[in-house]
Amino acid sequence: MPDVAIAGFAKAPNVRETEGTTNGVEMLVPIFAEVFAQTGLSKKDIGFWCSGSSDYLAGRAFSFIAAVDAIGAFPPIHESHVEMDAAWALYEAWLKIKMGEVETALVYGFGKSSAGQLRRVLALQLDPYVVTPLWPDSVSIAGIQARSGLEAGLWSEKDLAEVAARGTGKDVAELLDTPYYADPLRRHDIAPITDGAAVIVLSTVERAREIVERPAVITGIEHRVDSPVLGARDLTRSPSTEAAGKALDLDGVDLAELHAPFTHQELILRTALGLGDGVKINPSGGALAANPMFSAGLARIGEAAVRIHSGESRKAVAHATSGPALQQNLVTVLEAR
Amino acid sequence: MSAERERVSLKDVTETPLAAPLNVGFDYTRSTGPVLGRFVTALRERRIEGIRGSDGRVHVPPVEYDPVTAEQLDEFVPVSEEGTVVSWSWCPEPLDGQPLSRPFAWALVKLDGSDTAMLHAVDAGSPENIHSGQRVRVRWAEEVVGHIRDIAYFLPVGAEDTTPTEPAPPVADREEGAPISVVITPVHLKYMHSASPEESTYLRGLAEGKMIGQRCPACGKVYIPPRGACPTDGVPTTEEVELPDTGIVTTFCIVNVPFLGQRLKPPYVAAYILLDGADIAFLHLVLGCAAEDVKMGMRVRAAWKPRDQWWTSLENISHFEPTGEPDAAYETFAHHL
Repeated sequence: MPDVAIAGFAKAPNVRETEGTTNGVEMLVPIFAEVFAQTGLSKKDIGFWCSGSSDYLAGRAFSFIAAVDAIGAFPPIHESHVEMDAAWALYEAWLKIKMGEVETALVYGFGKSSAGQLRRVLALQLDPYVVTPLWPDSVSIAGIQARSGLEAGLWSEKDLAEVAARGTGKDVAELLDTPYYADPLRRHDIAPITDGAAVIVLSTVERAREIVERPAVITGIEHRVDSPVLGARDLTRSPSTEAAGKALDLDGVDLAELHAPFTHQELILRTALGLGDGVKINPSGGALAANPMFSAGLARIGEAAVRIHSGESRKAVAHATSGPALQQNLVTVLEAR
Repeated sequence: MSAERERVSLKDVTETPLAAPLNVGFDYTRSTGPVLGRFVTALRERRIEGIRGSDGRVHVPPVEYDPVTAEQLDEFVPVSEEGTVVSWSWCPEPLDGQPLSRPFAWALVKLDGSDTAMLHAVDAGSPENIHSGQRVRVRWAEEVVGHIRDIAYFLPVGAEDTTPTEPAPPVADREEGAPISVVITPVHLKYMHSASPEESTYLRGLAEGKMIGQRCPACGKVYIPPRGACPTDGVPTTEEVELPDTGIVTTFCIVNVPFLGQRLKPPYVAAYILLDGADIAFLHLVLGCAAEDVKMGMRVRAAWKPRDQWWTSLENISHFEPTGEPDAAYETFAHHL
């Protein structure tokens, strides 16, 4: 089976609210153009297209169809979609190349989080019988998870502020002086609401070598899921991330892009993947800097890949999450080979 | 799906893309199956039943399959309506649909006799009045119907029931006293729907009685409504083209079936209308002749509503009606089918 590498990455400006349409097509047109210019490819060179987005974000059925217009999908293309973060679309594209069906694939994720009330919309990913009818919002559920670790002595509010300060350069003491937003969470513990999109071009390593000097070779990719029953999980850990990490070779990783929309979740992920102090964490700023729904996980993989392309990293790990309180997790290892 | 759409005045908006509230709602009706059916049937009797997992742990609410082994479970265990807070977070500004409309705590509550915690609300008044380890009890809804919302929320043990509970969710038709087999959960979501700049030009044109399309700079095709990106070429469409309100029926169907929300009495004709000079048809009504007299290629003209009813909507055209001119030859529109 051919090895697969990431050859290109582009992202839309991450903004609190775009004036663009609810379906997000105009966020995609420029980043497709950017990734084609970067790679020298055109739409004719793409063997498979795969996207991640959600109708619940757009407030309408089959919202991803409108986005296909950004591709120029005539003559007909080979296309698929996941109602998840586009990191899982990348997994599907990776399989297509591994299976020898196609040589190149373009993966994109997009969403206009600001169109609805994001933390309320996210209640719809919960158990539809006994949890969603209560409308627990994503911030409140993360707060319960954060407190579990605070009271177990696994992290302190200062530890959380330090995670936030690293990306922003803010003062930890000043952050701790701010009021609770949703006790025990403060504003800095919570990812911002972001409209955005991202695109990755992947191909066989052979093809990628014609495009970039140092392709980011996917040497491992694994995803696992925990029970949807929040009360049956140990929320202070991420067993699914641990299991995905165990199935991979993480030795020698020098950089990690972690999809942690809450400060305490970054700490859970670092522990789950056994990342020591020598590993550079979230040089992009991570989801706490910008959390475009359905592309933030894909962007973690892209941000890690461009740092392999540039020579900043020799071996990087990228993580994407989906579901409440880190329920489902995908871990990718990228290497310069 | 019954979708409510709010109509607002957009007359004051001029240059920026149009946006308007979009409220969608649907009563999700779900079969419970035997496990959750038994759980909600017990709730209707103000009792709580859990289920024993493969490892002996009792889960509340009951799960159909063990969260660890995935074994099918069937041993029900009655548990107490009192329990202990395991972890919590504060919800200072409750969202629509949440169990309380005053500030409250979300909590994982482990009921006495259960080994896993359930997520629900605690009416604690302020964050100073709640802590992990706190004893709480169920506040039953005044009207119990066999739904998770029969547990209105939790109260600290010893607190009085002082305020009335929210109205019960809708109930499926069933025989008096029969076990619950269906639960209904209303889902209402609010969005700000944004049209694209191209769609906005088109909609503003309609408010003036004009049909405005756009031409693709690559293939020369004229799209109405304009698309923002040509679906063939994936490039932005920019050149505006004003089209007449006359055209032909490309294909059509005679609607004989009544459905929820139908505005006309069947039979009537829904047709694809291709305006003269356009390269894409849109769906509209053909009235003004007997349904059986509508033909492919029939020449039609827009029947506009009175001008004082116009707004930024294709609804300004009540329907299309025959002009009496000779039909277009099939070869002239075959490539638009």
